Amino acid sequence: MLTLFLILFPAVAATLIFFFGGERAKQGALLAALAELACAGYAFFSFKPDASSQFAFDYPWIGSLGIRLSAGIDGISVLLVLLTGLLVPFIVLSTFNRTYKQPATFYALMLFMQAALMGVFTARDGFLFYLFFEAALIPIYFLAAMWGGDNRIPVTFKFFVYTIFGSLFMLVALVYLYYQTPPTAVAAHSSAIADFYKLNLTPQAENWIFWAFFIAFAIKMPVFPFHTWQPDTYVESPTPATMLLAGIMLKMGVYGLIRFILPIVPLGVETWGKTAIILSVIGIIYGAIIAIRQRDMKRLIAYSSFSHVGLMAAGVFSQTETGMQGALIQMLAHGINVVGMFFVADVIFSRTNTRQLDQLGGITQSTPKLTVYFMIMLLGSVALPLTNGFVGEFLLLHGVYTYNHYLGLAAGFTIIFGAVYMLRMFQKSMFGPTTSRTESFTDLTNSESWVFIPLVVMVFWIGIYPHTFLKVTESAVANLMKYIGTTAVSMK
Amino acid sequence: MLPIILLSVFGIALLFLGFMKSKAILLPATLLFLLVTLAVNFLDWNKTYLYFNDMLRVNNLAMVFIAIVLGSAFLVVALSGSFIENDEAQPAEYYGIILFSLVGAVMMIAFENLIMLFVGVEILSVAMYVLTGSDKRNLRSNEAALKYFLMGAFTTGIMLFGMALLYGATGSFTLAGIGGYAASQQGLSLLLYVGLLMLLIGLLFKVSAAPFHFWTPDVYDGAPTIFTAFMSTVVKTAGFAALFRLLSVSFVGVYNFWWTILAIITAVTLIIGNLTAAYQNSFKRMMAYSSISHAGYLLIGLAALGAQTKQAIVFYSLAYSVATISAFGVLLLVAQQKNTQTISKEGISTENFDAFNGLARQNPLLGFAMTVSMLSLAGIPLTAGFWGKFYMFSTAVERGQIWLLVVAVLMSAVGIYYYFRVIIAMYFRDGAAEPIRVAPFYKYVLLAATILTLGLGVAPGLLQGLF
Repeated sequence: MLTLFLILFPAVAATLIFFFGGERAKQGALLAALAELACAGYAFFSFKPDASSQFAFDYPWIGSLGIRLSAGIDGISVLLVLLTGLLVPFIVLSTFNRTYKQPATFYALMLFMQAALMGVFTARDGFLFYLFFEAALIPIYFLAAMWGGDNRIPVTFKFFVYTIFGSLFMLVALVYLYYQTPPTAVAAHSSAIADFYKLNLTPQAENWIFWAFFIAFAIKMPVFPFHTWQPDTYVESPTPATMLLAGIMLKMGVYGLIRFILPIVPLGVETWGKTAIILSVIGIIYGAIIAIRQRDMKRLIAYSSFSHVGLMAAGVFSQTETGMQGALIQMLAHGINVVGMFFVADVIFSRTNTRQLDQLGGITQSTPKLTVYFMIMLLGSVALPLTNGFVGEFLLLHGVYTYNHYLGLAAGFTIIFGAVYMLRMFQKSMFGPTTSRTESFTDLTNSESWVFIPLVVMVFWIGIYPHTFLKVTESAVANLMKYIGTTAVSMK
Repeated sequence: MLPIILLSVFGIALLFLGFMKSKAILLPATLLFLLVTLAVNFLDWNKTYLYFNDMLRVNNLAMVFIAIVLGSAFLVVALSGSFIENDEAQPAEYYGIILFSLVGAVMMIAFENLIMLFVGVEILSVAMYVLTGSDKRNLRSNEAALKYFLMGAFTTGIMLFGMALLYGATGSFTLAGIGGYAASQQGLSLLLYVGLLMLLIGLLFKVSAAPFHFWTPDVYDGAPTIFTAFMSTVVKTAGFAALFRLLSVSFVGVYNFWWTILAIITAVTLIIGNLTAAYQNSFKRMMAYSSISHAGYLLIGLAALGAQTKQAIVFYSLAYSVATISAFGVLLLVAQQKNTQTISKEGISTENFDAFNGLARQNPLLGFAMTVSMLSLAGIPLTAGFWGKFYMFSTAVERGQIWLLVVAVLMSAVGIYYYFRVIIAMYFRDGAAEPIRVAPFYKYVLLAATILTLGLGVAPGLLQGLF
């Protein structure tokens, strides 16, 4: 039942804020998001680390078709539920020094987004998953297109059409899978994801279903060459929307790979997994190289995110337990880091009105707090040991390396390139002589500090004691490996 | 068959009401008549009757279709308030014709004998020709009516020819008789196939499937908007109900013959409807092509005729009708206010997408209603349109027609493009939109349509017990 609350509460809060929020929308949204965080935190800490689905609910939805409203939290969902609960209050808090026009609509859309994301990460029914997967797109589209930059309309439109185009293929695959399921007690077919896992599909079917799913998720993440919507959308969106996109929404794609592709079409992964990893690795290197050349901070972070998510995809497709575990914990870590980085860019932009690196410099001189937080976030992003990025990237690289040494080596460049572009950004913006724009730079305000503090705590917590997070995913991942293992064995 | 009798009587009554000085009573009277008919329609629930010497067969499915048609008519009439202010308009005649046309629609839905199908199609069509040309002083309206009439009359001829051939082949006009012959598998006369094809051409013309769609854009564009809304919903629903009854009762036996033809028509309809809609600058023309494309989605269910088809067609027609009416309802208000409906000398209408610029900021309710209906037509989840597409796609998957599905999916993506142009114009573009005064009743109708769309989107199972 807790899951139902996690999904419904933000939606109800959003509706209330939309109609009655007025000028107090900001505070209301923060309050609601903190309450949601408390629930997500409770779910995380009282989660029993086994493979079962907990706090679940299950109601008939379209009875005669066997489609159910069914959701719960298992070891694969739990970190993402935590991430969604954790980031939203601080994304809301990060807007406290800004005023957006029509605040009630703005914050209501953010909470709607959170509700949809919670639904995506907890759905146990294939069609319910699809519903939330698409529903998450609508609030973010309006957020980006109503409050974005000058070029927002064509850019967000491309984003919207591109992603929905991808998910339509997923819908076809889901309907196909649905019709393959055997009759249940109440209906001729079942759309429970667990029933999809049990299917024995023909190799041809597995191959095309692999692509139907992969295109949907690859566009969402994005994986090379489906990434062309991403940098522009990230740059044109208002920063809170960018944080939602990069921090949480991108994880829908990686989550989908783990939840759907690996267990449902293991033969498809067998055949096409290598192609997928190669595409991911190309994305890692390509994104990193472009990031090095960027002058706009937001665009740089966008490409870095593109590069990082490539590694997660590669780790998942390595079909190893470490790769999968790494992907799960890296999703949490990357969400935290990328939100921190975008917030740094936003803080700098709010004071200097520019994000161009060559117009910045010398900010450290007047901002001890910002410098420290920026540095910590940055170290997390470049995967320094004892920070959160290290745990995830190490496990991911280990997974890819086990799968194929050369690909592991190529993917390893992410750490070197990551250090190059991140440190370059830090150096250009924070060190050197001050410019006309950065002369009167003021340090963080209290509300801004309170965005960073919990993120920094998480960076070190995951970095120093990842066991808290790894232990909850362990048995679910092991369980998932069984589906991959059995088919691989039966092949031989 | 009370609805037919009631609608005829009410229609005549309306004509007499037109003699009264005040026109104000006409609209509420029509709405009341429609509600009474709608209630009476359900008297035969869970029973199957043959009426008028086996001419009509009423079952639950027919009643559901009749209810959709009457409900659509109710919504359209409820949105037609502007006739009162217009001196040229003849509301009594319009409402009378609408009720008469519904008699035709009911016959098309409940026919058991091909003669009834023909009479129904004719009653509905002739009424439509008149309504299309009802804007007497408008060249475009006249042109549309003439075009519709000439092409409609021609295809009706083809349809009648087809029926004659079917009679020649089977010796029967009833669905059961033809079905019995077609199921006999061997020694089927060639006349049966030719007759079926000709009959299909007639009906596909009415639902504007490609390549019989050429009349649609001009007619939809030229007709007064309120009648475009009526045409694009009632005629389509009745047409698909007739097609479904015809194919599922009489021609299941020769499914292998007609499904490929229908599947190709479906693909062509989807492609032409969607791609052409994407190039339109006028909202009304876009809606015309979009209605062609929706005929394509509905045809998927027929080409993949199976256990799911019934449900799919009912759900889709309902979702489509509600969303279309609410879209046209908003267009009516916007056009009235901007006075863009005044046709320039060259006869070019100016109901462009630009008319919606900045609408949502000044009129949040209109913006929201329009957004929901566009999302529903585009098939985005949490709206009824999504489940409509879902059911349709399911039928195709069940029959293994994956290639058709791929076409449909690609075209859905195109659909999102043109439906979102409206949303973008309303929310993100700046325009000189002023607050539009919306009558309370009008507001409730739009709200009801919006809530219905969202409600069916969240709980599509609601309709399930119905048939």
